[in-house]
Amino acid sequence: MPDDRAIVLDRLSASLDKLSERTPYPEFAADAATPDALRGRGRALFAKRLAKAKTVVFETPQALGDYLSEHDAAIGYCDPDLAPLLRPWLGPNVELDLEFDHGRVNEYAFGITRATGGIIETGSLILTDSDTSNRLGALAPWIHIACLDPAALHETLADAITGMGDDPNIVFVTGHSQTADVEGILVHGVHGPGEQVCLLYDLALPEGHGDPDQ
Amino acid sequence: MNRQAVDAFASGLDSEVRQAIEAGTARVIENRSHTLAEDYSDLDGLRQLAGQVRQHALDHLDRYLPQAERRLRDNGVQVHYAPSADRALEIITGLVRASGTRVVTKSKSMASEELDLARRLADIGVEALETDLGEFVIQLDDDHPSHIVAPIIHKTRRNVADSFAKHGLGDFDDDPEVITRRARRFMRDKFLAAGVTITGANFISAESGRVAIVTNEGNARFGLAGADIHIALAGIEKVIARDRDLPLLLSLLVRSATGQRISSYVELVSGPRSASQPSGPREMHVVFLDSNRSRIVGGQTREILRCIRCGACMNTCPVYRQSSGHAYRGVYPGPVGTVLGPLLKGEDGFGELADLARASTLCGACGDVCPVNIPLPDLIARVRARSHREGTVSGDAGIPSMGGYSLIARHPGLWRLAMRFGRVLNWLPLRQLPLGVSRAWFTSRTLPRWRGGYFRRWLRSRKEGQDA
Ligand code: SF4
Repeated sequence: MPDDRAIVLDRLSASLDKLSERTPYPEFAADAATPDALRGRGRALFAKRLAKAKTVVFETPQALGDYLSEHDAAIGYCDPDLAPLLRPWLGPNVELDLEFDHGRVNEYAFGITRATGGIIETGSLILTDSDTSNRLGALAPWIHIACLDPAALHETLADAITGMGDDPNIVFVTGHSQTADVEGILVHGVHGPGEQVCLLYDLALPEGHGDPDQ
Repeated sequence: MNRQAVDAFASGLDSEVRQAIEAGTARVIENRSHTLAEDYSDLDGLRQLAGQVRQHALDHLDRYLPQAERRLRDNGVQVHYAPSADRALEIITGLVRASGTRVVTKSKSMASEELDLARRLADIGVEALETDLGEFVIQLDDDHPSHIVAPIIHKTRRNVADSFAKHGLGDFDDDPEVITRRARRFMRDKFLAAGVTITGANFISAESGRVAIVTNEGNARFGLAGADIHIALAGIEKVIARDRDLPLLLSLLVRSATGQRISSYVELVSGPRSASQPSGPREMHVVFLDSNRSRIVGGQTREILRCIRCGACMNTCPVYRQSSGHAYRGVYPGPVGTVLGPLLKGEDGFGELADLARASTLCGACGDVCPVNIPLPDLIARVRARSHREGTVSGDAGIPSMGGYSLIARHPGLWRLAMRFGRVLNWLPLRQLPLGVSRAWFTSRTLPRWRGGYFRRWLRSRKEGQDA
């Protein structure tokens, strides 16, 4: 067995040894590429940026319930911890599956999961493996509803990236899934949600949930 | 007769294809410059910074690559090194075989194009589905991507609708929305059925082992929600030093690639799914592909490895826009491919693609737009010089010898004489000269009338005037 690792690393050292000098690491602020115009803080600004990034924002569970009934969204997946908190606001005909059933992937009109944080600069939601009850629930249905505690906001992309814990899967979600592959025409909802929704509201989850520093 | 391959390809190009490319690139150029101008007053400063961040990582890859490997292993990832594309294929097909799956989902990865991975998996009886919409169309048509960001920039919506109809994905309908919905419907069952998903990597942080994957469609995410095993294939040059480099690089990458400020999905994957997570890969592999990169890293053209695959250089290149990505006969078209293409072929294969460096006007536009400040025009000139030095045949085809010019330029007396009598060129029947190169040159170009020789006289008279 040739040792692939040794081959590659030996070649690398031999090649780099030829350099008379090596570029030093430059000094710079991690947020050097954050445009001044996109700096700022606060929940209101975040809600504005979410909307600009084509994420639909609701600030009360009631508004979310109304939205779902307007969209005739009758069946969906829901994070089991969130279901009892949201249930009172959803119409009596709305069915919530607390386990994602692969066989119903095309039936689910929506999926409700928790978001871990938000990024004000880009109007992004942060989803992590530890807070997302099921990756598929946050992705496969046409409507994804991310429930976010408005206290968990990062000002810049740099803050978010350098301030994350060691979750194995972190996703910054900005707006809905989209493509411009066919003649550059923008179409939404390719594989992921065609509508991205954020419920920006403190649902007062039990201890240990929805805290980005956990 | 056009003797250069890119020229020949361009002159035979369908006008519909040329128009599609012209429209596609113009749109992105416009979006890109709009966003960048709005956001940054010192774009060049940022490009230089990003270039230095990338170059630092490359110059210390002997340290950062093993560091990334250690971090990945600590995170529970299995790391593989592939000295060559063939070895990478062996590793990946081995993993897919061992998984026992018949279906693999794939998101966009230029490294996987170097391996021709989807076709090779099909050879072993595995359905390897390209899930990026553009790549999916390419796969249906048994075609190749002609752009690194917009793989079907050369196709019209009618072409796409035709392919969908031909492959049983519904009756002809060229509404992009209908096309997209059909792809959505078709693909989701595959995502759920696939045992393995293969992604590329935009960046891999040596500090944390985080693999950054950027998409707009959400196809990589779906792959990583449906499959049991994740294989990320990455060129060794994708490694960056620290997580704090990511905001800068991502910001410039996305703005340069599409004019967006951030892609819909930026995914940072550092290992298999967490214990509490019911969906997603239980096993993760990273395959580091060398395939001549380790040679480039210490060489004359090493800056090319900074490339973050944004596509801006090809969008802006007049030669690319006239000739299409397929003219470059390889995975990487446009200015980046002009340099990277021949270099990735290694010592023995360099000559096969060395002619690409001739297919450039050296106008410099590519170097001006590159977000990591790669001196593309210089590198193209260096590839030219090397192909000349090594007497690479393809690189010199159709190129007149510059010996005569060089002689005159080195002797001021001769130069003055030539300037005085240059006018003779206007009377010579140059078009009729029985020389291959001059024939090739004149079929597509017109030599302007000689009007030289006056500058020196003017300068002299000006000096005399001043002295007086
Ligand atoms: S060479 Fe520069 S401009 Fe071209 S694709 Fe790479 S990063 Fe973009």
